[in-house]
Formats: sequence, structure tokens, C-alpha cells
Amino acid sequence: MRLLAIDSSGLVASVAIVEQDEERGRAVVLAEYMTNFKKTHSQTLLPMIQEMTDLMDLDLASLDAVAVAKGPGSFTGLRIGSATAKGLCLALDRPIIPVPTVDALAFQMYGMSGLICPLMDARRSQVYTGLYRYANGRFTVVEEQMAVAASAIVEKINAYGELVCFLGDGVEPNRSVLEENCTVPWEEAPPFASRQRAGALGCLALEYARQGKCEHASVYAPEYLRLSQAERERMERETTQSAGDSGEK
Amino acid sequence: MEQKTLHRQEQSEGGQDQAVTILAIESSCDETAAAVVRNGREVLSNVISSQIELHKLYGGVVPEIASRKHIEKINPVIEEALCRSELRLEDIDAIAVTYGPGLVGALLVGVAEAKAIAFASKKPLIGVHHIEGHIAANFIEHRELEPPFLCLVVSGGHTHLVLVRDYGVFDILGRTRDDAAGEAFDKVARAIGLGYPGGPKIEQIARNGNPQAVLLPRAKVNGHPHDFSFSGLKSAVLNYINSEKMKGREICREDLAASFQQAVADVLTHHLLDAAETVSVSKLAIAGGVASNQMIRGQIERACEEHGYQFYFPSPIYCTDNAAMIGAAAYYDYQRGVRSDWTLNAVPSLKLGER
Repeated sequence: MRLLAIDSSGLVASVAIVEQDEERGRAVVLAEYMTNFKKTHSQTLLPMIQEMTDLMDLDLASLDAVAVAKGPGSFTGLRIGSATAKGLCLALDRPIIPVPTVDALAFQMYGMSGLICPLMDARRSQVYTGLYRYANGRFTVVEEQMAVAASAIVEKINAYGELVCFLGDGVEPNRSVLEENCTVPWEEAPPFASRQRAGALGCLALEYARQGKCEHASVYAPEYLRLSQAERERMERETTQSAGDSGEK
Repeated sequence: MEQKTLHRQEQSEGGQDQAVTILAIESSCDETAAAVVRNGREVLSNVISSQIELHKLYGGVVPEIASRKHIEKINPVIEEALCRSELRLEDIDAIAVTYGPGLVGALLVGVAEAKAIAFASKKPLIGVHHIEGHIAANFIEHRELEPPFLCLVVSGGHTHLVLVRDYGVFDILGRTRDDAAGEAFDKVARAIGLGYPGGPKIEQIARNGNPQAVLLPRAKVNGHPHDFSFSGLKSAVLNYINSEKMKGREICREDLAASFQQAVADVLTHHLLDAAETVSVSKLAIAGGVASNQMIRGQIERACEEHGYQFYFPSPIYCTDNAAMIGAAAYYDYQRGVRSDWTLNAVPSLKLGER
């Protein structure tokens, strides 16, 4: 099985070709390309895919699926990656393997003992985060990805009482929260494993594919873990109104 | 028509008339649309998924909600367009997509999707200007229409008076200085409690109103005879509502709607005919969502007849945002050798005639 993997959920744009080596029973990253600077994904993502596949003389028809970071992340970034994946899959008639962004981030810390906690800066004083571990060599989701205040995830971590490794672009903006509230020993991932990497996302997608977690490209849509501002405000208005109404009665 | 066919035969190497079939995608605002168009004039399919019901809850288009809906709908809409055209992607010669102007998040969905389809199917990509698309909507049902002609593009986001010198060659003679005509419709509709979208609702109740009942201004822009201004008209309507309220009088919504619509129609008609005289063309056209307003279209049509101009307008389905018009515009870009590369980006404030 051979995949193109795409992650444009944050500042990083990253694409990779990964393959399951059936003989040895393990994944191989054939190519990976990542950029981490401010240039819109709309301009970088497809040229990156083109450069990478041209260099490899890779026929796109040899792909079995396209894996993509399904969210959370930057709303626009997620949609650029998702629309790219959907367009490729429409043309190639292949399925999409949606991968939770935070899962893919955590998957990079292969073999880590203790908890793995990715922190993505979600603005509005929140982080996109989750908790993971390698239990007997198997990647395990301890707490599914969520949007919460950094202090809330630290509270959960403290309750587990284990060594934890943080990674992601949410570490820096929340450093003081970690330093002040984290009662367990913690460390940070090295710079080469602290941002979205499509190679890792693709390898995790191979596992998800084996579990049958594929979607038809026409039904796939990203999951934002957050409503739009307009929806949020409308719901707040309606809640206030209905509270007022019931008060009157 | 015969001449043109001959011309194309001469161009093609085999001496055969080669049809060019384009798959076009449009997602600049709140419609997710795809179409298959042959030779810029023959629509093989035209699929539009409208989000209006969703945005009604908010009294207007919410960009983030529009973008979320686009990513959900875009593949089914494209697949439906291919299916209805009875063609497969292999039969398509090029992929076209609106890349501006419009809502950036909405545009980006179509642009990323189109790029990926073109890349994976090894077909040329053509980024199309949304307003060029609206103008080209006139080619679909008027196969005899060729430049030069003057086109008034009026929609919720645009009010442009454009001289179409040749295919893809435009002079903007005038544009709105503030609100677009359609925007004024939306704002007035909201003020008199009709809701969104304002255009069709005002047109409907105006049928039972007296267009002379309320005296409203027909604004001109000093020193720029072809430019438009609609914010003064909108303010005049709001002031009228307030002053009637102060006097304790009930306003007649039908009369107000009819008077407002009449003022917009008068300004549009006057500007179009005035410009036509200046640039001396014989063919006039309108395009965009407001062009489907029957009262406005009818008034311009009668004025054109009176003054001896040929008048062209698209059916309502090609006035609203659609992808068939993008496929029509893209065909002439394709023939001129226009191609976009994989860095094509959404340009929310793209100017007409710019690339």
C-alpha cells in the first residue's frame, strides 16, 4: 500500500509518500517535504507535491489512497489540505484516510515512555491537544483530541502523575502555564519532531487504513473541533433568550 | 457563426473542428457550483448547490460557514456535473476555476480542488476572474453575441460598467464608489424587515407598490459620470423610515420597495445608455444577480429598444453565481493560451483585466 500524506493544519506545510513494505511488514517513508515559514499553503502545497513526485518519477496512479490531517487546526489551512486531497482522490478515484491532526503529531514521539502531549496553538486562550502513549510498543490514544485551555490539559496530566513530553507550536505561548502548573516531570520534543510531519501522519494512516478507517472523497470533510464565530454567537444568543423565556414563565 | 467555425478549422492541425470541453468550478461566495461547457457556448451541465437557507439565519453570508459548506459539497457537485454532461474526466480538455474576486476562504476551496484535479489528471488549469465569468454568461444563450459590447455587471458584490473590447480585453468605464447595487437591495430589505436575500423579496412586494410614492435620490458621482453610488440611496430609505416613525405614521413597505427599486433601475438605465453613447457601441448587455430582476431588466430593455441598441441578458440561472459562466469565460482564455500554474492562489480583491 502506498500513500500520499498531506498536513497543512498549521504553519507547517508537509507532504510525504509512505509505503507499507509488505515483505518486512513495516512502513517506509519514501519521500518527505516540509516547510515551516509564513507563505500561504495555497501557493506551496501543490508545488511541493509536484516537486516531490517529479523527483521520484512517481506515477500518481500508483497511489492507493491519500491521507490528510482532518483537523483540528487553522480552518483555512485544513480546507486547503482537504480540498487538495479531495481533488486528487476525485481525479484518481481513490479513498481518503483522514487522520486526527493531534494523533499524527503525537505519533512522531515513537517509543517514548510516559505520556505524549501535543499542544497546538488554537488562539482564544485554548490549545488543541490530546494524550497518547506507546503501550508495549503500540501507539495508544489516552485522551482523544480536544480544544481546551492549556491549564485544563495540565490538570489531567497531573492526575496521571507520569513523565510527559510536550510538542507542537502551542508549547511556546503556554510555557508559563506549564512551568507554573505542571507537577509531574516534563520534557520537550526536539525541533525535528515538534511540528506536523506528513511522514509520521502517513505511517499512522497506514495503521488506520488497516483498521478500515477510509472515507470516500465525496463525503470526507475536516473536523474543526470548534464552531464558527457566527454559529457560536447565535447559540449564545439563543441560550440567553431561552433562559430569559423560561425565567418569565 | 460560420466564419468562426472556419477560423477554428484553419487553426487546428488536422483540419478538423476540435471541440474544447472545460470543467469549471466556482466557489467565490455562497454557491458551490460546477459545470461542463463546450466551446464556451454550449452548456453540457450546470450544477449549483446554494447555501442561501443556511445564511438566512444570519441575515447575510457568513464567510466561515460558506467555506465549511463548500468543502462538504464540492466533490458531489463536480461529480454531478460530470455525470449530467455524460462525460468522464478523461474527456475534459481543461479545468477552470474562479480565483477572485470573492471571499478568500470560499475561493480557496475551489482553487485547491481545481489545482489538484488538474494536476492529477494532467490537464491545463485556467484561473478565471469572477466578473469576466458574469459577462461571459451572455455568450451561453446568445451565440451570435461577439465583442465589442458594453456590459453592466450588477450583483450583491459588484456594480461595474465594462466595455468588452474583445474576448478577455476589458475597459472598466465605471464602478460603484460604495455599496454594490445588490448590497443596497439587501440592506433596504433588512431595514423593512424582509430578510435575506433582499433582491427577490423586494422585487416581489414592489409589484404591489407605487414606484412614485416616495421621492428618492438618483445619485451621480461628481466628475465621474460612469461611476455609481448607492449608499446615499440606502441612507435616504433609512431616513425616510425613521422620519415616518417619528411622525407616528405606518410606512407602506410595498410603496417604499417599489420606489427604491425604481431609483436603482433609473440609475442603472441612465448610466448604461449614457456610457453607450460615449463609446459608441451598438450592443448592450447586463449580467450578475441583479440582472435577473425583471423590473430592472424590463426597463433597460425598453430603453434599449427606444434608442436602437441590441440588448442581451442571461436567463436567471446564468445571472446567479454559476460555473457555466466560468467555463464560458475560460474557453476564450484557453484559446488565447492563458494557463495558470500550481501556485495559483485566491485573490479576494482581484481587479478586472488583471492576471
